[in-house]
Amino acid sequence: MNPELSAILESLIFTAESALSTDRLCELLDEFDRDEIKSALSELVDYHQGRGGGFDLVEVAGGWQFRTRPVFHRFITRHIKTRAFKFSQSALETLAIIAYRQPVTRAEVEHLRGVDCGGVLKTLLEKHLVRILGKKDIPGRPLIYGTSKEFLEIFGLKDLKSLPTLREIQALDEQPSYERQEELQLEPEKSLPVESQLSL
Amino acid sequence: MTAEAPAHREEHLPLLDGLRDQYSVHLDKFDGPMDLLLHLIKKNELDICDISIAVITRQYLEFIKLMKVLNLEVAGDFLVMAATLLQIKSRQLLPLDTEDEPEAEEIDPREELVRRLLAYQQYKEAGMVIGARAMLGREVFARTATEPLLAAAQNVEGPLEVSLFELVDAFRALLQRIPAESFHDVAPGDSLSMADCINEILSLLQEQDTVQFDDLVSDEPTRERIIVTFLALLELCRLKLIRIFQGGGHGSIWFIPAVPADTPEVDAP
Repeated sequence: MNPELSAILESLIFTAESALSTDRLCELLDEFDRDEIKSALSELVDYHQGRGGGFDLVEVAGGWQFRTRPVFHRFITRHIKTRAFKFSQSALETLAIIAYRQPVTRAEVEHLRGVDCGGVLKTLLEKHLVRILGKKDIPGRPLIYGTSKEFLEIFGLKDLKSLPTLREIQALDEQPSYERQEELQLEPEKSLPVESQLSL
Repeated sequence: MTAEAPAHREEHLPLLDGLRDQYSVHLDKFDGPMDLLLHLIKKNELDICDISIAVITRQYLEFIKLMKVLNLEVAGDFLVMAATLLQIKSRQLLPLDTEDEPEAEEIDPREELVRRLLAYQQYKEAGMVIGARAMLGREVFARTATEPLLAAAQNVEGPLEVSLFELVDAFRALLQRIPAESFHDVAPGDSLSMADCINEILSLLQEQDTVQFDDLVSDEPTRERIIVTFLALLELCRLKLIRIFQGGGHGSIWFIPAVPADTPEVDAP
């Protein structure tokens, strides 16, 4: 639509230190309409996807960012040394319960998992994946927990609504396996471990 | 159900032996009583909504017994679930008051357990789905490391090389932190030599890849110590034995060996 605007947006996102939100982009580019910017952004997304390059433009945690394609991670890690988080099954379960049921208290998480979650919760808090939202107005005033912005960033989610719904996850069992990756938008590589885990 | 029971028992014993062989693997896998229950239900190919409490309870209790045999501490959570299962089982054994049920409003513990199991299974799967997503820093990389934790873990990668001015600045800031009129004895025989200090820094750098300026003088924050350390660092820099970095903005100053893994002998001045 507006090739110049696309180029401007691309340059802004490229140089930004962290993800730029649509609001921030509109603020920076006040000579353009919000709608114009939005459509230019989605065009850029399509452009990068269609290009088949090493990275894509993605919207994570409410901001726009260039991110590499997962298929190239084994090459990238040859050069970039990161200390990626390793999640235990209990950490993932706890994280899932908090993500889907937030705001949630520790007692509620423990009731669902049937096991003490203090240690796991502490680790998740330390990793900034979970944050304390406040205190619940019930006797004892327990702390309530929710997921953080880092959670969305690390798992590449636009917002909490883009988590697969529990109904979708439940439907996995009934659907033939080849449809699983479609539903979850997982990378082809990653769909294999899921299946093997599910069939434990 | 009673006719089935012996068959199940026989089936179950070899399983127990199998578990004994590789208990560590199996026990690690169970993330609490709910996980163990789900495993038992799947193994017996039961439907969660229609579980045979008798079979599951027996297998569950045998599992707990096994944990005790292996001298593992059985967590209280497992015992709570055992009690719940036994409660449900005993309820089933009692004759039902079919005509008028005074406890109709009371929650059936069996239904409650089924509900919890279904919910747990759902979140367990959700956890796997989340864990299988392409993760930032594992499969996906952003152009700049936005993750603060990741950045913190890579102190050596991020910082810029510092100028002499910044080093002097850090030094001055450090000097300001110690009390100016600190009491000190003049002990000429025991004064710190620069050569000692250089060797100290170099041996420290052999142990760890990076050393922080503040750490060097934290043991003994006297004016003399700081000044000697500073001079030693300048000398090491001149000899091109170390490289100096500063963590973003006005962060702490770090040192790394200029030639890693092979530190030459120093000719102390």
